[in-house]
Order: sequence, then structure tokens, then C-alpha cells
Amino acid sequence: MSAKAPLLALDNVSKSFGGLRVIRELSFSVARGQTVGLIGPNGAGKTTAFNMVSGVFRPDDGTVSFDGRDITNMASRRRIGLGIARSFQNVRLMQHLTVWENLLVGQHVRASGLLNLLTPFRLIPNHRWRREVVAALDEMGLGGYADATVSELPYGIRKRIDLVRATLAGASLLMLDEPAAGLNPVETQALTAHLEALKARGITLLIVEHDMHFVDKICDHVVVLNFGSKIAEGPLSVVQHDAVVRTAYLGAEQAA
Amino acid sequence: MSGYQTGVLIILCFNIMAAYAVYLPLVAGQLNLGIAGFMAIGAYTAAYLTNEMGWSLVSAIPAGGLAAGGLALLVAVPILRTHGIYLALATFALGQVISAVFLNLEVVGAAAGYPVSTYASPLAVFSVTAAIVLFVVGLSQTRFTLYLTAIKNDRLVADLLGLKVWGLQVAAFTLGAAIAGIGGGLYAHHFSFIEAQHFSVQLSIYTVLYVLLGGTQTVWGPLVGALFFSLVPELLRAGEAWRYVIFAALIVAFMAVRPQGLVTSTALRGIGRLFGRKPAAPGAQP
Repeated sequence: MSAKAPLLALDNVSKSFGGLRVIRELSFSVARGQTVGLIGPNGAGKTTAFNMVSGVFRPDDGTVSFDGRDITNMASRRRIGLGIARSFQNVRLMQHLTVWENLLVGQHVRASGLLNLLTPFRLIPNHRWRREVVAALDEMGLGGYADATVSELPYGIRKRIDLVRATLAGASLLMLDEPAAGLNPVETQALTAHLEALKARGITLLIVEHDMHFVDKICDHVVVLNFGSKIAEGPLSVVQHDAVVRTAYLGAEQAA
Repeated sequence: MSGYQTGVLIILCFNIMAAYAVYLPLVAGQLNLGIAGFMAIGAYTAAYLTNEMGWSLVSAIPAGGLAAGGLALLVAVPILRTHGIYLALATFALGQVISAVFLNLEVVGAAAGYPVSTYASPLAVFSVTAAIVLFVVGLSQTRFTLYLTAIKNDRLVADLLGLKVWGLQVAAFTLGAAIAGIGGGLYAHHFSFIEAQHFSVQLSIYTVLYVLLGGTQTVWGPLVGALFFSLVPELLRAGEAWRYVIFAALIVAFMAVRPQGLVTSTALRGIGRLFGRKPAAPGAQP
């Protein structure tokens, strides 16, 4: 793969549910190391686009490629092995378990196989899997939470634990569905720092987000969707002044 | 040990084996309401092998476990496609079908029951139970049990993190059935007589009940549930005919106060801290 080829590319992708066309001939690409915001009004198809990249849904038409490879019909389970990781809008961790136990699942791709599956590693104090998880937490300043029960942690911390889990497998693309939703300003700041640290590692980010201050701070490029189609693309400062985008967001009357 | 005490312990052992047979798939969120059917497979297979084929206990009982596990593997494809209440109903129906087959199978005595000539001593029952407990506890120290918990918690996330959701669920269901089969084989040889009614729906339902009572968050829950279920009715003997009423009321009360079961992972971590152990020490598993 040449360094210039996009890491992720959607080409003419369409998807319908029943008679409703949720995504219409959508094409966009994300370059390696770029941070792209996927924005648009509610129901524009942002989460559906995410689901097609992570393999939850297959497109009816068009192709999705990653690192130059067609992954349109690849099983969802295999995509993390290629480097596609994802977080969900509502944090989906195992609430009654500790942080480090949750993170062990994120390690799976690098510890697969029957032998790893059946090693009673918990009997070995400070097993290397635990050390690795604690080190990953430490890097993000979350080391103190390794043995905390997830349900007892504040939402902002859980959100970042979820990010650590998503990136433990060595992700090159991380997709985030409304990462800043429900966070207070202090938590948003911590999340921003966390994402900046991931960017510094060279991880490519694709972010669905409604908070435009957050998008402005973190994204180099935005793709605007409305009714399943791409209506604009470019730096946020330019796209914000686009007449079509203003109409989509504000309704025709106010924009006129 | 008096005969009475041994008798109670033997019942406890069979309840523990049945509990772990139900527990393994339940960790992955699959309710198997047909566990008695898998015990019947193990019981009749092992009994047939010792009675008619002259096999020894050492080979016949594992063969009973294999037969039950093999059947589980065969039916896993259609049955595990269903979820929640439908899976419970499908396994329930399977248990009924198995029981009905043995009720009509002349070669193993049909409705008259099947006497078993080889005898398994209490010591054999105790040691096999201990081995099964060790096996399941050992398994709880691995990624396998953690992954089952992850699947129960959120199938989609588990899949996107790369877990083979389907394969792990089939493995848990099959392993559970194999444990039930081993338990059934021992049952046949300890009590020297089996009939289809021994493996009734009531047995399946009671087992699920005390596993849920003990809790499925940790590997100790089913053990505590089986202990409670086997010993409390004995302690309530003073209550004469009312003992089962008191017992049932106790269960309802526990379920109302503690729906997550008697033993939870948070509680175990708390106990671990009390004794000055590191919170993530092996006592606390999913």
C-alpha cells in the first residue's frame, strides 16, 4: 500500500432498511493519521455509516475498503484484527467487573488461540497480560483505576476506559460515536487530551459528534451528511459557511 | 460419618454437578432448561456400557459425559440460534423428548426402569465432584469464562472485539452438557437403578433455580446455591410437613432482596479486601 492511499474509503455505498434509504451513494475517504468528523442532523445516517465500516450491517451497494483491501463483506469479528476499532455512544463495558478485567477482552486479538484461551492466568500473580493492561492505563493517566469496579466509576472515566479497551488491540482506525455526549467540561477536556495522545501515536480517528466546539478542536476535516447523502466536505471553518449545510442544520427559512 | 450424613452429602454432590452443568452456558447468557435430559443421556449410556458391554466405571462414566456432550454439540446448531425465552423453551422441550425416548426404549427397560449392576461408592462420587469443581474453578481463571461473561454482557461488542461468539457459546453449552452426563452416569451407578422419571423437568427447573439463587457472576455462586438447596431443607426438618413451605418462602425472599444471587463479584472483592488480599486476587472472577 502506498502511503498516500486512504486508510478508509467508502465508495458509492447505499443502504436501505425496509423501503427507507438511509444511506445514498455515499463516498468519502479518511487518510492515514487524519482526524475526520462525521456530522449532520439527527437521522442523517452517521451511525449507519459507522455500522457498515465495523461490519454490523452490510451495504446493499458500493464498497468499503480499508488499507487498500475490500472489506465490504468481511465478517465483523475479523475487522479488529485489521486495525478497525470502535466505541459506542453509550459506554458498553461489563459493569460488575473491574477495569482490568474489562480491558483483558480488548487484548483478545493479540492473545487468541486455544492455549491463551485456557491458560489459568489469574492464578499467576502479576501475569504479563495484567501488566500490559495496567501499562496501557498508566499511559493515559488512568493507572489508579485498574482494580476499580466499572459501575462505581464516573461516566467520564468509563468513557475513557472504553477508549483504552478499543485501542488495546493495536487499532489504526478508531471510530467514536458521540464521544463528548453527556460529559461535563472537565471530562470533555480530559477526553480531548486522551484523543490528542492517540493522534500523537498516529491513530486515525473518525468521529460522529454534535458538539461543534469539540469537532473544531479535534478534527482536521469534516464530512457533512443529510438524508444519507454527503452534502459537503472540508475543514469545519469552511463547511460552516456553506449554504447547503446551513439549510440542512437550520431549516430553509432561517438560512434564506 | 453416619449413613444419613453420607446420604445428604451424596445428594449435595449430584446437585453441585448439575449446578455447574447449568452454570457454564448461563455465564454466556444461555439458559439450559433441559439439563435433566443430558443427565439421562449420561446415565443410560454409562449404565448400558457397564451392564451390557462389560465396560468398567472408569471408562463408562466419561463415555456417558461424551455422549451427552456429543448430543449437545449436535443440537447446538438449531437450538443456540434461539435466544432468551425461546432458548429456554427449546432446551426444555429437548429434555422432555429425551425423557420420553428413555421411557419407551425397551433395551434399557423402558417404563419398568433399568437396574444397574456395577456400584459407584460414595468416595467415587465425592472425588468426581471435587474434580469437576476444580475443573470449573480452574476454567474461571482463564479467558474462556471471562469471554463468556463478555458475550452475556454484550454480544455485539464481544463480536467487534474479535471474540468467536458462536464458537464460545457452543463450547459452554457442550461442556455443561458433558458435566451433566458425567453426573448422570455416576447417579446411575451409585443408586443402582434408573428410570425416566428420575430425569424430570422438575430436576431441570430446581437446578436452574438454585444456580440463580447462588448467583452466576462468580464461580462460587452455583456451589453456594447447591449447598443452600441441599442442606437447608435438612435443617428445616424440625418444621415437619411445613419445611418445604418455609424453604420456598426463603427462596422467594432471597430472590426479592438479592436478584443478582447470593454471591456477587463485588461482594467477593470486598471479602478479599477484608482479608488483606489484593482486590484483583484470584478469588474474584466473572
